[in-house]
Amino acid sequence: MSAPAPAAGTASLDVERIRRDFPILAREVHGRRLVYLDSAASSQKPLPVIEAMERCHREYYANVHRGVYTIAEESTAAFEAARLTVARFVGSADAREIVCVRNATEAINLVAYSWARANLGPGDAVVVSEMEHHANVVPWQMLAEERGVELRWLPVTDDHRLDTAGLEHALDGARLLAVTAMSNVLGTINEIRPLADAAHAAGALILVDACQSAPHVPTDVTAWDADFVAFSAHKMLGPTGIGALWARAELLEAMPPFMGGGEMIRDVRLDGFTPNEVPWKFEAGTPAFVEAIGWAEAVRYLDTLGLTAVRAHEKALTAYTLEALEARFGTKLTVYGPRDVEARGSAISFLFEDIHAHDISQVLDQGAVCVRAGHHCAKPLMRRLGVPATSRASFYLYNDEADADALVDALAEAERFFAL
Amino acid sequence: MPDLEDLYREIILDHYRAPRNRGELPVPPAHRVEGFNPLCGDEVVLYLDIDDGTVRDVRIGGQGCSISQASTSMMSAAIKGRTVEEARKLVRAFDALMSIHESHLDGADGADGADGTDAPGAGSEPDALTDTRLGDLMALRGVVKFPVRIKCATLSWHTLRQGLDEAAAG
Ligand SMILES: Cc1ncc(COP(=O)(O)O)c(C=O)c1O
Repeated sequence: MSAPAPAAGTASLDVERIRRDFPILAREVHGRRLVYLDSAASSQKPLPVIEAMERCHREYYANVHRGVYTIAEESTAAFEAARLTVARFVGSADAREIVCVRNATEAINLVAYSWARANLGPGDAVVVSEMEHHANVVPWQMLAEERGVELRWLPVTDDHRLDTAGLEHALDGARLLAVTAMSNVLGTINEIRPLADAAHAAGALILVDACQSAPHVPTDVTAWDADFVAFSAHKMLGPTGIGALWARAELLEAMPPFMGGGEMIRDVRLDGFTPNEVPWKFEAGTPAFVEAIGWAEAVRYLDTLGLTAVRAHEKALTAYTLEALEARFGTKLTVYGPRDVEARGSAISFLFEDIHAHDISQVLDQGAVCVRAGHHCAKPLMRRLGVPATSRASFYLYNDEADADALVDALAEAERFFAL
Repeated sequence: MPDLEDLYREIILDHYRAPRNRGELPVPPAHRVEGFNPLCGDEVVLYLDIDDGTVRDVRIGGQGCSISQASTSMMSAAIKGRTVEEARKLVRAFDALMSIHESHLDGADGADGADGTDAPGAGSEPDALTDTRLGDLMALRGVVKFPVRIKCATLSWHTLRQGLDEAAAG
């Protein structure tokens, strides 16, 4: 049970076998098979990840970087190996380009506090899209308020894609474009390379929020020509408490430290300190190294299956679900986001007639179907869509058509129950 | 497992489908107050026409889930024509109803069923509950079995309390 079902050169996943790697999926809720459709909020964990973390705790747990004894060397080596594994996962060969942080939110804040506050001021602009998660909005609003930086918005089209018609204009005089690679509400995939090219042509850098894309589609920071990329382990089969900022090494070299403390210094004297090298310069305090070790195991799990196969599976499942919803409920159900599965991920946000998203979730829970309801931390986007809340079902590599069928059946139950 | 029927009692669904007192009142003389649940985006708007210590008229607006909207509708029906003092008592009684521990609910039928003595945070709730008849509002008591939904039910009541306070302050 330590290696996932291999893709065996085909584009299909052996979901039945994969499901056996996720102990929680054997659980019943209200006497029914758990139907977990909330992976966009956080994914479940496979045994190899759980076991790798337990192994560290049981066999070689010691604080990293400071000990010369055997188990401290082992934990340090495992932590630094994990960093390299994560770097390679996003297409970088240089482990120094991975700064371990708590999550994507902290990664974005790191850029806002370190890079932006050292480089931006009145007269500068930051461009964000209307489909961003609050994590990629509020840090820039705080910067704008504090430093008089102008915040500009890239709108969303009526078919729920990024409106790039005014991109050049928005980037004129901008220093940063901060944009998501995949919307957590709409599922919309944004083509990063053209955005990066446009940003660079305008003399701006690009920060990519890869929180939703990294778990589902292959990431290549070089092909993107990105400058900063933020992502979280917990959405890609890894544990909570760890995420990463990937940034080009020379950018990191030039940036001032973010938080001060142990680990991030080379020397401390009465009259000051000398920061450590990258990436440790940005990692004050004891890092979440057990979690990093678990994360590397999650990356290996994904690599073994192949993200291309994962993506193919999710595309097929998303298409199946969209069709099943439409066939059963027709126009009673409104789906937000592109219909074309090539242009979207597997998060499906919807409204069911007038039934509020919370009421939908409540009835679905009786069928052990877990979906999220609310504004999904994207209130500017919800305002743009003109809805206070939606329900969101999101699929991952361990979901199958039976899960999609359970969603449809549970929605039919909600329809019967509220019979509006 | 708590039953969905405990949450969505028929009378609640009835108020949700056909909310009472929906609309607006001219401000002034009416007082307008808004309540907001930032977590789920539920929104309640109340228009209170208070004259001579009595809630002469009330209108409601806003949007949200069935529980928040039904609770608002039921509240509007319960306070219309009551004195401000009676309305405040209802707010306290409703708060008490929403803080009865779930385990005290089973077998308890009606306001006098809950002894509340060792319920966490019970405090003076039994009093608040026993000297005020909640009537139809008792249908909302099943909400406590679904803790995340309690805020949906209390939103309109906390908004009412704020409105009464503001109206009293002039
Ligand atoms: C697109 C996007 N960005 C950022 C985040 C924030 O992730 P975290 O909470 O792990 O920092 C999320 C999480 O929901 C997300 O979906």
